[in-house]
Amino acid sequence: MSDLFIRTRWWVLTILVFVLITMFTAEFQQAQTTAVLASALRQSTPLIFGALCGVMCERSGVVNIGIEGQMLLSAFVGFMVASSTGSLVAGVLAGMATGALMGAGLAGLSVTLLGDQIIAGTVLNIAAFGISSYFFQQGRTLPSGKTPQVSLGPLADLPVVGRVFFINRPLTYISLILIWVVWFILFRTRWGLWTRSVGEVPSAAETVGISVARVRYTNLIAGGCLAGLGGAYLSLEAVGSFERMMTNGRGFVALAVMIFGRWNPIGIWGAALLFGYASAVQTQLQFRGWLADDPQFIGMIPYVVCIVVLAGFVGRARPPAAIGQPYSRE
Amino acid sequence: MSVAAPPALEVLGVTKRFGDVLANEDVDFRVERGRVHALLGENGAGKSTLVNIIFGLYRADSGEVRRNGEVVHLNGPRDAIDSRIGMVHQHFQLVPVLTVAENVVLGNEPTRRGVVDLDEAASVVRALAERFGLEIDPWARVEDLPIGLQQRVEILRALFREVDILILDEPTAVLTPQETTHLLGVLRGLADTGVAVVFITHKLREVMAVADDITVMRRGKVVGSAVPAETDEASLASMMVGRSVELSLERTPASPGDKVLTIVDLVVNDDRRSQSLNGINLDVRAGEVVGVAGVEGNGQRELVEAITGLRGVVSGSITLEGVEIAGMSPRQISTMGVSHIPEDREKFGLIGAHTVADNMVLNRYHQPPYSRHGIRSPGAVEDNAERLVAEFDVRPSNIGAMVATLSGGNKQKVVAAREFSHEAKVMVAAQPTRGIDIGNIEFIHRRLIEYRDAGMAILLVSAELDEVLGLADRVAVIYGGQIVAIESADGIDRDRVGRLMLSGTDN
Ligand SMILES: Nc1ncnc2c1ncn2[C@@H]1O[C@H](COP(=O)(O)OP(=O)(O)OP(=O)(O)O)[C@@H](O)[C@H]1O
Ligand SMILES: [Mg+2]
Repeated sequence: MSDLFIRTRWWVLTILVFVLITMFTAEFQQAQTTAVLASALRQSTPLIFGALCGVMCERSGVVNIGIEGQMLLSAFVGFMVASSTGSLVAGVLAGMATGALMGAGLAGLSVTLLGDQIIAGTVLNIAAFGISSYFFQQGRTLPSGKTPQVSLGPLADLPVVGRVFFINRPLTYISLILIWVVWFILFRTRWGLWTRSVGEVPSAAETVGISVARVRYTNLIAGGCLAGLGGAYLSLEAVGSFERMMTNGRGFVALAVMIFGRWNPIGIWGAALLFGYASAVQTQLQFRGWLADDPQFIGMIPYVVCIVVLAGFVGRARPPAAIGQPYSRE
Repeated sequence: MSVAAPPALEVLGVTKRFGDVLANEDVDFRVERGRVHALLGENGAGKSTLVNIIFGLYRADSGEVRRNGEVVHLNGPRDAIDSRIGMVHQHFQLVPVLTVAENVVLGNEPTRRGVVDLDEAASVVRALAERFGLEIDPWARVEDLPIGLQQRVEILRALFREVDILILDEPTAVLTPQETTHLLGVLRGLADTGVAVVFITHKLREVMAVADDITVMRRGKVVGSAVPAETDEASLASMMVGRSVELSLERTPASPGDKVLTIVDLVVNDDRRSQSLNGINLDVRAGEVVGVAGVEGNGQRELVEAITGLRGVVSGSITLEGVEIAGMSPRQISTMGVSHIPEDREKFGLIGAHTVADNMVLNRYHQPPYSRHGIRSPGAVEDNAERLVAEFDVRPSNIGAMVATLSGGNKQKVVAAREFSHEAKVMVAAQPTRGIDIGNIEFIHRRLIEYRDAGMAILLVSAELDEVLGLADRVAVIYGGQIVAIESADGIDRDRVGRLMLSGTDN
């Protein structure tokens, strides 16, 4: 017990301070506090999807810097499908399929062809940018509108927390559930144990009969589905349309979130919320006209938080040992 | 059983080539059930390659593998495991960040409602450990274990799968004599229950003690076979190396000079921060070999790491010709003239993904002639490597090969060659002949004596009591983090040393 406390004391302290500040501000400015927190959650959602994709890939030993591209192209394909069929569900599924396909492509390049994983990821990014820009048509809309808001009955009536967590749109709920699902898969199931051993010492996994290629393909494709959901979230849930470059670097921030979260879905959630919170505060400050002449400085806040946090914490995190290395038996 | 029952395992005409290296050439090999089959051969002879083919890790260029008379197609270890073949790998195949239990059950985990049942795994491991007398804490993380216990995990992992054919690739290289004796007993027991055991080792005494059949390889080919009753160590040795080998070392008495390395009241902690050296006093003079004998885990590792700067010192002093070196960095200490052959060559001695040439200058690459003004001089690095590869007979002699592709014994030769190659006042040699074949052991032992006679102070740490008694001029017995006895090796009583190692007292 005390051991657990010592290991998690910084987390506990951070959460405590955060809760106290929130209670304090909520006391005086309930509306703004709720707005900032709700916006923090919204901003964190695509990062969660992206980072969960990253963790599936990296835990099996494959670096995926193509998450940005996977999200961008999924956002585009998801939007196009939803806009032409009128079905949001079809759009989301199309987004997932797009991400999965790109994951399979990454696997083909890096697992089968033993190519450099950074180059393979870069290929995904460039391809996604090119394809989505080329086929992009101005002025398309979603006949069905964005995904609908769902409120979870009595839970939604709780002060502050209710508004923030229990009145949301479907993909947001799904992201919150997936955090725990991915955690469970990685740390409780047989597949998770295989994934982690493949990411640490692939030859050891191979010698007990685990197929390194199969584990990596599966994880890259599953991770692609997650990134696809992130893309669909952007075009179908957050904005309701597609814009060029609409991911705006979130795929890369997701990687930072994954590292800060120490390749652990629960850590990732904390990191994504922190970054989302910094973004929300930034928006709020700009909204109030702080530093109106030089808004760039306010705009920097989330990235500065990101840098400080990475510089401060990452030294202690240890990535999977086999990361980035193509594996072949002989 | 009919007389003509097919062998449990039969290899016919297997050939395997790695680039220019012909690792196996038309190899025939048969193993009968219920027998222990020793596979011998010098370093790089192709033993590991052969068993890796049997286990499905490597694909033979030609030839076939038969199980009970039927040809099997091995597309990977999965197929070997399915046909009940188990293997203990020379290069450990463990996941360091996972626990012992997780490593043992990996690939075959007990689950309850989809969740890996770690408690069940731990109790399985505990039961297995008890059955074979290989005690281990199932919850320990593998990376925290000393190398001897990691070997135990490897062995338990192979035993966990209830195999018909068990292959062990140099399992005794990192075991103490007591552990080895125990393991040989386990193998005998398994064979008595009908398991076919393939056992690779360089220690002929073990072969004579446990083997029913013997096959010898040299340069990729099978060069002979024997049964222990009709052969002896000397003829096996010459069959392996292709010449006659001096099994015991001729040497002149030492003429020790001044104290070079002086250790006073040294206190050092182990990885778990509990004290593992409790005030050690030891000195090594120029021109003598001091051998440290002890059962692994009594502080030898911490002693070596403290001297070479790999581990912090709690109190006490270590001086090199009067200069305090405790607290200096490993590089400073190395530059001041302390050579080090580490016990774990993969972790501390080599970079697998670098070439042989680069590994030969790992501790000198930043100095002239290997680099000038911060720029490497590849020519000097290559000349040095060519010279050492020839001198130490590293095979293949390609200095551009990645160290990871060398056979185990040849890796060890690379480390030894590097550490002998520069002017040093002190040589700290931990298990210097681990995994090396008898021909090369002879060579390295001669080297140690030559350097001793040239005035080097040598601290030899070895789990092989024979090696310590054969080389050392003075023997220090370490027990429980203390030197319990230190005396001249002349006429020392082997049994008394053995008792001191086991209990710290000689009665
Ligand atoms: N993966 C590989 N790539 C290239 N060459 C290899 C590879 N594995 C082995 N070799 C080469 O094949 C030859 C036989 O090596 P092998 O490991 O089978 O020897 P060994 O008999 O097990 O020796 P040791 O007693 O030193 O372990 C060596 O020359 C080695 O360099
Ligand atoms: Mg070998």
